[in-house]
Amino acid sequence: MSTTPKLSKSPWVVHFNCNSCNGCDIEFLALLTPHYDVERFGIVHVGNPKHADVLVVTGSVNHRNARVLKNVYDQIPDPKVVVAMGVCASTGGIFADGYNVLGGIAKVIPVDVYVPGCASRPEAMMDGIVKAAVILEAKRRNPKAVQAGQPVVVRTPSAAPAAAAAIPQKEIPQPC
Amino acid sequence: MITSHPLMLLALLTLIAPFWGALLSGIDRKLTARAQGRIGPPVIQPLYDTLKLLRKTPIVLNRIQVVYAYLHLAFMVLAFLLLVLGQDGLMFLFVFAFSTLSLVLGGMCVRSPYSRIGSQREILLMVAYEPILILLMIGIYKANGSFLLGSPFVAAKPLLMALPLLFLAFLVVMAIKLQKSPFDIATSHHAHQELVKGLTLEYAGPYLALIEIAHFYEIAILFYFVMLFWASNLAIGFVLACASFFLMVLIDNAFARLTTMWVFRFMWTGALLLALTNILWLYFR
Repeated sequence: MSTTPKLSKSPWVVHFNCNSCNGCDIEFLALLTPHYDVERFGIVHVGNPKHADVLVVTGSVNHRNARVLKNVYDQIPDPKVVVAMGVCASTGGIFADGYNVLGGIAKVIPVDVYVPGCASRPEAMMDGIVKAAVILEAKRRNPKAVQAGQPVVVRTPSAAPAAAAAIPQKEIPQPC
Repeated sequence: MITSHPLMLLALLTLIAPFWGALLSGIDRKLTARAQGRIGPPVIQPLYDTLKLLRKTPIVLNRIQVVYAYLHLAFMVLAFLLLVLGQDGLMFLFVFAFSTLSLVLGGMCVRSPYSRIGSQREILLMVAYEPILILLMIGIYKANGSFLLGSPFVAAKPLLMALPLLFLAFLVVMAIKLQKSPFDIATSHHAHQELVKGLTLEYAGPYLALIEIAHFYEIAILFYFVMLFWASNLAIGFVLACASFFLMVLIDNAFARLTTMWVFRFMWTGALLLALTNILWLYFR
């Protein structure tokens, strides 16, 4: 153990709403209230991906927003981690069968922590972000240690929904 | 004794100043959290944040942007040195202003509209508070017969006795420089969504850390400057500075952010009137 402070001491979070019903977003913003007080973990909610360490995504990804999500992800300086917040961001949720829906955000960007739930409880979200902060430090120490695209932690209260297995594999539209 | 040599003492002060600024900033965050019924981050959270930023991958839009980040820090350190060495107050103001100006130019040299709006607001803030600072220097001259910032230490009476109204005006300037509500319109510690952080929007990783460190120096400069108002007894000066700092936290939590033009009008009527009254009183007493 080194004596230098870890990156996990100050995860700055940028929140991106992909295609969410806003349920997860309301629960996420509840984290900032005095009741949950995420600032005690050093978590700051920033509006700018260039200042962020953790990307929190709510909602499923579709053809229109895949490019935007990738763009936001690319603007975060390394090391960075992604948290899929809610079942829609994890697998596509109830929107998975939609003709325009690609599925979970893992189809576009590598995800480190899954926090399922509809909507996820604020406690589970907090837990997910704190776990993501630990992965952030692991990534700084050894960027190769954490495989991109491989979920490291799944904060799951139950099995993945049955519909998740039936998500048709669709091509992600290339940015033009 | 290693601190006996003046240069050693100066180097020590320059090293300690950003940590002092970070500590004050951390206490600010803790007090704010307690005022809102939260637990809040650890007191040394600003240090964690800065060290983290230093380890992130730098993202640079253009080279000039980086130069301005370094200049911002360099001029802030120079302003701190001028202040601690008790040099010419007008020179101190010039260097201090150029430090802020570097930040503005850094915000202007990118294409982000939010960064530019933040920079324009910062310029407006400078126009709003610079007259107060210049009047403060004139006040120091009238009170002590010298523009030197070391003069309050040798003066017979504390500066606060001669400049009570200018002190109040300076507190408002302090609130602006510390980015406190209702004056945090260019960039803010809270509510990052508004203007998406404004002035420092396009800085990332280590370059944002440079700006953070410069801000810690800025906090230390303002703290030291308040101490100058009671420089004959630095213990009282320290208490005065702590009280002023606590007042800043109180104001920050008690007020909502106001519009740019409101800040401008307030500074050029209320604060300027206070400062001018004090100067006139110094002339005619």
